[in-house]
Amino acid sequence: MKFALKALVAAAVLAATGTSFAQKGETVKMVRIDPLTGLLGPVGVSQGKGYQFFAEKFSGAGNPAGVKFEVTLIDNKLSPAESLNALKAAIDQGARYIIQGNGSSVALALVDAINKHNERNPGKEVLYLNDAAVDPDLTNSKCSYWHFRFDADTSMKMEAMSSFMVDQKDIKNVYILGQNYSHGVQVAKYAKETLARKRPDIKIVGEDLHPLAQVRDFAPYIAKIKASGADTVITGNWGSDLSLLIKAANEGGFNGKFFTYYAGVTGTPSSLGQNGAGRVYQVAYSHYNMGGQMDKWMAEFKQKYNDDFYTGSTIRIFETLGAAMAQAKSTDPVKVAAALEGIKVKSFNGEVEMRKADHQLQQPLYISVWQKADKKYPYSPENTGMTLAPVKEFPNYVSSTPTSCQMKRPS
Amino acid sequence: MEFLIISLLNGLSYGLLLFMLSSGLTLIFSMMGVLNFAHASFYMLGAYIGYSTSRLIGFWPAVFIAPLLVGVLGALFERTFLRKVHKYGHVPELLITFGLSYVVVEVVQLVWGRLAVEFRPPELLQGPAFTLVNHAVNGLSVLWGAAPASLCNAADAAVRVVCSPFPATRGFMMLIALVMLLSVWLLLTRSRIGLVIQAALTHPEAVESLGHNVPRVFMLVFGAGTALAGLAGVIGGSTFLTEPSMAATVGSVIFVVVVVGGLGSLSGAFLASLLIGVVQTFAVAFDYSIGSLAAQVGIPLGSAVQGNSLVKMTLSQVAPILPYLLLVLILIFRPKGLLGTREG
Repeated sequence: MKFALKALVAAAVLAATGTSFAQKGETVKMVRIDPLTGLLGPVGVSQGKGYQFFAEKFSGAGNPAGVKFEVTLIDNKLSPAESLNALKAAIDQGARYIIQGNGSSVALALVDAINKHNERNPGKEVLYLNDAAVDPDLTNSKCSYWHFRFDADTSMKMEAMSSFMVDQKDIKNVYILGQNYSHGVQVAKYAKETLARKRPDIKIVGEDLHPLAQVRDFAPYIAKIKASGADTVITGNWGSDLSLLIKAANEGGFNGKFFTYYAGVTGTPSSLGQNGAGRVYQVAYSHYNMGGQMDKWMAEFKQKYNDDFYTGSTIRIFETLGAAMAQAKSTDPVKVAAALEGIKVKSFNGEVEMRKADHQLQQPLYISVWQKADKKYPYSPENTGMTLAPVKEFPNYVSSTPTSCQMKRPS
Repeated sequence: MEFLIISLLNGLSYGLLLFMLSSGLTLIFSMMGVLNFAHASFYMLGAYIGYSTSRLIGFWPAVFIAPLLVGVLGALFERTFLRKVHKYGHVPELLITFGLSYVVVEVVQLVWGRLAVEFRPPELLQGPAFTLVNHAVNGLSVLWGAAPASLCNAADAAVRVVCSPFPATRGFMMLIALVMLLSVWLLLTRSRIGLVIQAALTHPEAVESLGHNVPRVFMLVFGAGTALAGLAGVIGGSTFLTEPSMAATVGSVIFVVVVVGGLGSLSGAFLASLLIGVVQTFAVAFDYSIGSLAAQVGIPLGSAVQGNSLVKMTLSQVAPILPYLLLVLILIFRPKGLLGTREG
């Protein structure tokens, strides 16, 4: 009886809409779990604004499925334990789409929890859209059918970074510094691996891990780096850990190059200031001067929030989700997940593909360098008068790395 | 060599900041017997009030006004809350300061927001105080201010020149801490007020019967202690970072300083601060692990043991938790602290 009633209602709904776009006009509830307070709070807060901004832009006629996106933010204080509480709260609120990115430690905990939830609650599955946690394990040994990554992982970024370093003959002695958790450890591992393969002449003169978001004073580390004779530092640091590191480097008179993942993120441009011109590099899937539609969005974002937009995977999430929902003709996460696998969309820098094997987005990567903003590259983050100017672009296939993922798909 | 000097100076300057913080805590404890859990909160208030006043009237007046305001707030707290619970003993006193620390964090977030604020040191303190130039041929020399680029880049590529500037903010921090130590010490041992304060601690009735207002003396001491924390806040906040979790991160370390130095001993706190600052800075420089030490003294380790993450962990990785290890060791082997007189 109950089943018959459900079928009847479903039929009635279908008849009422009268088209094949069953999902049109539906509201897609999404929750983003990220730090909004503490040392790394500024990053999460800025990215939260990006979600509000683009949820509006991509809602309704902005996406092929015609759905309305609604994003709420929950503070997880960068703690895996708090994140699991936040996940529970999000599911209780009826969210079926979870977004997270800051901190692979959090991401690994969430993947685990979501796997269990989906197994135990058929019909109430949630999807996990990862916009920034770049630990390669997430798409290799720990890969999950419910997890989709829109950033490029550490191995991909290091592939691009080391390809760029092949032509930088003045790099001789490299120091690797990172945050002591999965991400920092992976950056160190892949840096050593790819450099040994592509630039065996480079010497690794030192390696250090420090606690995540705990160190106030990086002067001792800078003194150590100077004493090691390094001319280049590779670091996966982000947020205050990168700002304070570069601040200490400027104060301590370290003149070497920095190869970073996150130089453009909130707070870091200000701490770089006029210093570091021509010697701080960033590897990422975008930069501040992408041109076209992106420039207009960034100008509008700055006007509206007096802040810089840099997490381009926000856009990717709405683009691919809209396309997948149109294809699945549904907002049901199970159907959308199936549609997301292998989906190709035209994004702000060309075509990107969500690889079916491991749910890792395949996308172009850029090396950019900190320098004075000029006519060609005018966008100045945090009004520093400086910018990240692209020096090299790598198409999808260069940075694409193999995966060992053996995914269990729901039958 | 220049690495040694710069590291030593980095360690000393960090240690002196810790001393600025813990001196107020020590003062309050030794005079009143109150372990003020909210001490680091007054440090944070100093940083934030310093930030706001320096935007209004400039940094230099803020260095004086912010600690004064924090001291007044501290005295008010003592007068209105702490004094009321004093008669119920130590535990209620401790709990009320514990509660205050939570209230302060929320108030700071309400007033100044949850994110870091940009508290810049003044123009005069930006840039290096002096530069150590280590020339492979000419040896080590010291230059005031920034060294010219021509000096740091040898014309001959074979000659290695390393310039190590020392930030002026850190020099200023050291100077202020030393001036503070001297004045607090002089005030306590050489002045009439100091005598009254010291007497009020051990013989409050006798002091009271001589016509001194002992509760007011306590209020002043508490105010002075928190003012010292406020001063440390202005200096520390502008040198490092001003944000709502700054109290939580220094809070635990200053208790380590006070316990290691010996509860209530000002000279002990001074010694312990320097010790912790220097140990933490130098620990970063050492990449020794249990595994590498065993290899050096010739103890063969199996490959399974060598792969163990605990055996591989280097001293530099555990540098931030060394103070707490020191705390545990001190409590076991010398409960009264390095220079303490009370039994632990």
